[in-house]
Amino acid sequence: MQGYLLFVGKRALQLLAVVFCGVSATFFVTHLSPVDPVETALSRMTSRSNFAPEAITALRNALTDLYGVDEPLWSQFVNFWLRLMRGDLGPSLLTFPTPAMVLVMRAMPWTVCLLAFSTIITFVIGNLMGGLAGYYQNNRFLKFFGIAAISIQPIPYYIVAFIMLILFGFVWPILPISGGFAMNVTPGWNWYYITSVIQHATLPALTLVLTGFGGWFLGMRALVSNIVTEDYVTYAELAGVDRKTIVSGYVMRNALVPQFTALAMVIGGIFSGTVITEQVFNYPGMGSLLIDAVNAGDYSLVLAVSTVSITAVALAIFIVDLLHPLLDPRVRPE
Amino acid sequence: MFAVLRDLIRYNIEFAIGMVLVGVVVIFALLSLFSPVDPSLIYIAIPDQPPSAQYWFGTNSRGQDLFWQLSAAFRNSLLFGVTVAVLSRIISIAVGLAAGYLGGWVDRVLMFVNDIFVSVPIFPVLVLFYFVLRNNMDSFTMALILACFGWPFDARLIRSVALGLKHREFTRHAVFAGMSTRKVLLEEHLPYVMPIIFSTFMNNMLWSIGMEVTLAVLGFTNINNPTIGTVLYWANSHSAMVVGTWWWIVIPVILMVTTFIGLFLLAISMNEYIDPRSRLRRMGA
Repeated sequence: MQGYLLFVGKRALQLLAVVFCGVSATFFVTHLSPVDPVETALSRMTSRSNFAPEAITALRNALTDLYGVDEPLWSQFVNFWLRLMRGDLGPSLLTFPTPAMVLVMRAMPWTVCLLAFSTIITFVIGNLMGGLAGYYQNNRFLKFFGIAAISIQPIPYYIVAFIMLILFGFVWPILPISGGFAMNVTPGWNWYYITSVIQHATLPALTLVLTGFGGWFLGMRALVSNIVTEDYVTYAELAGVDRKTIVSGYVMRNALVPQFTALAMVIGGIFSGTVITEQVFNYPGMGSLLIDAVNAGDYSLVLAVSTVSITAVALAIFIVDLLHPLLDPRVRPE
Repeated sequence: MFAVLRDLIRYNIEFAIGMVLVGVVVIFALLSLFSPVDPSLIYIAIPDQPPSAQYWFGTNSRGQDLFWQLSAAFRNSLLFGVTVAVLSRIISIAVGLAAGYLGGWVDRVLMFVNDIFVSVPIFPVLVLFYFVLRNNMDSFTMALILACFGWPFDARLIRSVALGLKHREFTRHAVFAGMSTRKVLLEEHLPYVMPIIFSTFMNNMLWSIGMEVTLAVLGFTNINNPTIGTVLYWANSHSAMVVGTWWWIVIPVILMVTTFIGLFLLAISMNEYIDPRSRLRRMGA
């Protein structure tokens, strides 16, 4: 047990370092850039109506003060971290006085639910089918599954999302293709709202599952077809161990361990998939927020979304890593 | 080298299909060298013509002959993919071999950096770079950025091979014979990781072209440079599917799926070639 705690401690330190480096990098990339947040905000605000020159100067001073851009870079950096600790990343320009963090927190549950849900489904289906396909190599249905996996796997998210949109939006319109929930329901814990949310999430989730499961399927199939040739499997077969026990207890269990490691590595990549999926289906998550922020030139919102997504991904990887030694007796916590 | 290629084509159906698919796309992309029109010009053909004898792939709403447009787009995209793959291969070889062979604190530091790169979500970072660079974001800059993020998985793979090579007899002989570390890595160990490099090369190309498409479709690249992604961007912004100019979307998507499946088949058949156990099974042992 002490060994496990030590392992957790080491991983936690690594998590902190990763978050620190990642977030600092985003800070420097944005702050060393030629984009001036004050001028961008100013031109955005003054373009809508006429301002007196004095008002503009006052506004500029207020914004400079707010963003703290007149200070040297290192003190901006320290201030950035101090404010981040309090969960404050400055006001968003898109919806001016609302803090960027509030917008991010509003969008986060959508993305996290969509991602968690589709990742779990993808992982389970992909590994289960892949494992079976690796063991029963002559099954027609599983062979067909393999061909489907090979042909969908390399197609980028965007194309699959677009095809789904055409199929279920125009050719066979059974699912809502846009938004997070229907306009005519009130958000809250009522039946209509929940079904509406689930309906609206189906198509984006389906896209993510379709583009994701192939990798797990192919990986698991390859792993299992290697394990099948191991001596202990042959021995179990000769000893007359039940087939089901061999598949689930001997083969799948051992093959799942490297797949679980891969899960930690894949999580970072899934995020880019959701950004596209959310954009195509107009889903109200972090991806849509990021795209809107970039198009509007919203400096602090871009920074906030990047910071939160880096932290979230690092955290997810940390959790998967912690579960790993519990699943695999062979991984000794170092 | 050629014997390997011949055997692969003869005994590995995936490799043969992949070669054919990629070959078709590469030839199509190379045709752009003989293109009679400049792909960056607009309104030089009659807009919205369906595929015909004169315009094989039709023309788009911007008055461009789609055949030559797509040809240039595929050349640019493939070139982009190759650039990213080559650059990131260099980083992954250097990091992987050094970490595996030198071990100790060099290994720890390199793998720590590796962990950071693995866990940073690339897409927001790319968007961030676009946000910062705006009009300076040309395809070489983007290739550089993607190459900086494309190495960590493969470096781990190479490291694991290098760890094994370190304890082999021939490495010890080389060291006792007075070979410098650089020479040991480049002349003794590099040939062993070459197959991995080839197979990850394809995967990396797939990944980087996919990233480019994703960014371009959202309008986050230089949209006037014809690539697979920007062709789709313009088709989208003229709502090609709704207006009825379906060939503007369907033809690039078909070509793209061809490219992707081709590269993917090459990558997995290479993987299989590297793994001797699955090769044995294929031969019926």
